[in-house]
Amino acid sequence: MRYLTDYKRAVGRGAGRTGTHHHWALTVSAVGLALLIPSFLWIVGSTLGKPQAEVMATFARPFPAIVTALTLAVGMHHFRLGAAVWIDDYLRGTARKAALIAAAVFSYGALATGLFALARIAL
Amino acid sequence: MADAKRGVVRPLSPHLQIYRWHIPMLTSILTRITGNGLVAGALLVIAWLLAAAAGPETFAAVDGFVRSWFGILVLVGSLWAVWYHYLAGLRHLYYDAGKGLDLPTAERLGIACLVGSVVLTVLTLLII
Repeated sequence: MRYLTDYKRAVGRGAGRTGTHHHWALTVSAVGLALLIPSFLWIVGSTLGKPQAEVMATFARPFPAIVTALTLAVGMHHFRLGAAVWIDDYLRGTARKAALIAAAVFSYGALATGLFALARIAL
Repeated sequence: MADAKRGVVRPLSPHLQIYRWHIPMLTSILTRITGNGLVAGALLVIAWLLAAAAGPETFAAVDGFVRSWFGILVLVGSLWAVWYHYLAGLRHLYYDAGKGLDLPTAERLGIACLVGSVVLTVLTLLII
């Protein structure tokens, strides 16, 4: 033990292991969402509550379809990364691993479902 | 020298329940709650899109929920959560640049997030 340097003992044992990358990925997706959200709210907000034919017509247009697909993709990825932050804070061991996997399964499951629906409408 | 000192008694941070509530603490906790809570709004929008793609009967069921008081509560709540998380996220980017970290500025930014999110929610509801 006494032959190990402080540096050697510290490497790979940071609080988050891959925390820097995780933080950067959250930052990039956050900026992406900051650009997308105003258009997304406008499109979804003005279409919610309308008859089905109008909903179909809206999301068959390129701009609403692309903005909604992008917001779902970037948003659910951002959610996966964000959920991992509190899971890392509050859970340990196997419970933490299971929760991290569940967050990934849920996020990408919801994302795929949304994209499938959009594809059915737009194509 | 290289051995870490073990058994050193370090000062412990006071427990959450002992802390006096203050703006940076409240806004930080709200950021996490809104971020995770937005799952409800996201799932509702995805269900609504899927129902529109599926057919008239499914759409009628989901659309009925969207128009119900509970559906509207979830959607308006999500709208506020989006705007709150949006402003808090921008504040986070500003903090990441190493700015606004002194207490008076942090408190002012926190109040701006709280007030701004309500203003943006009302504005959005008026516009759409």
